[in-house]
Amino acid sequence: MTTYDSVLHPPAIIAELKKNNITHVVWLPDSETNFMYQLLNDEDSLDLVPVCREGETMAIAAGLWVGGKKPVVLIQNTGIFESGDSIRGLGLDINQPLVMLIGYRGWTRRGPTPDSAARFIEPILHTWGINCYLIETDDDADRISIACEEAERTQKPVGVLVGTEFGV
Amino acid sequence: MINNTDAVKLIDSKRTDSVIVPTMNANNVGFGLPSVTSNQDLDLPLSGAMGKASNLGLGIALAQPDRKVMVLDGDGSLLMNLGTMVTSANKAPTNFYHFLFNNKVYAVTGGQPIPGSDCQDWEGMAKAAGYAAVFSYDNLEDFTTGIDEALAATGPVFIHLSVEPQVENTPVQFRQRSPRTVKMAFDEVPAALGARSG
Ligand SMILES: Cc1ncc(C[n+]2csc(CCOP(=O)(O)OP(=O)(O)O)c2C)c(N)n1
Repeated sequence: MTTYDSVLHPPAIIAELKKNNITHVVWLPDSETNFMYQLLNDEDSLDLVPVCREGETMAIAAGLWVGGKKPVVLIQNTGIFESGDSIRGLGLDINQPLVMLIGYRGWTRRGPTPDSAARFIEPILHTWGINCYLIETDDDADRISIACEEAERTQKPVGVLVGTEFGV
Repeated sequence: MINNTDAVKLIDSKRTDSVIVPTMNANNVGFGLPSVTSNQDLDLPLSGAMGKASNLGLGIALAQPDRKVMVLDGDGSLLMNLGTMVTSANKAPTNFYHFLFNNKVYAVTGGQPIPGSDCQDWEGMAKAAGYAAVFSYDNLEDFTTGIDEALAATGPVFIHLSVEPQVENTPVQFRQRSPRTVKMAFDEVPAALGARSG
């Protein structure tokens, strides 16, 4: 029987974003964070910046950061694959302290997965020297604070992989 | 057609306290914005991440709504990231001015033709994407007369410029490099904006 006690609810993530004074969420939707979109839309303190392709997100976040704001990026792991040159040129090369929330499509808690998007994401982030944290339940959500602190301290992007969320 | 240096010089002369985000030929050390700038501290050149100058400028425009942001883009660059026009128009910052330096070639890499350069309708694309105002100039005289009107329009504004293809064929490793590194620019601009975060 499935129980829903130990799962991830979007309000836990949004509370973390607010706690860390995040101002903008630059995003392109994915099924893993669909419910969060509905809540984010209702959240006055967070400005949503929708994009047409994920490679735009790191560049827009860089501009927001230069202008004194504190953005995060919210995209699917497939979107990270699409964004390579932006992560290189406008993340790592400019020392942007960017937290990237990444929907973990295909995640099966390290069981076998047929989805290459899940198999490749962690090795690729590690190849870039980008550290990442996994959040699967509300109890894990404070890893977003750890990621924010680490991004500031190391002045580089940090990933937060979001396991499947559940509705409120 | 407008000469590249004349174009950046005219834009720079109208900048007041605007941030300028130049890329490709508009950012050439010898004949682009760096060669004429009157306020380098507010120039944020994009050299890595081809195609993303307008995204970078959009972020600054959203963060600093009381200050104009002028993006000086290349046609090959914009084609690589065409969705950015919709992204910018959708967010609709009123302080966002997107200049397209259309020289119909990839000048930096040797002047190879841009796909479809003979049939592109950039003004049509900008209007269809939803820019609040669209202007186009193909000679310096008209651009000189028209630029005040373009910069007085409420953004997001798209300004198409027909620019001479100025191709630099010096091998890459021998080209003049800016003494101002990317790191310096990303330190200086936030400082000039009084916006260093974190
Ligand atoms: C992702 C990526 N692909 C290819 C290149 C190689 N490249 C560097 S400059 C350039 C041409 C840029 O053309 P355009 O934007 O039209 O500006 P222009 O050189 O004409 O001023 C290309 C293709 C690159 N830097 N990045």
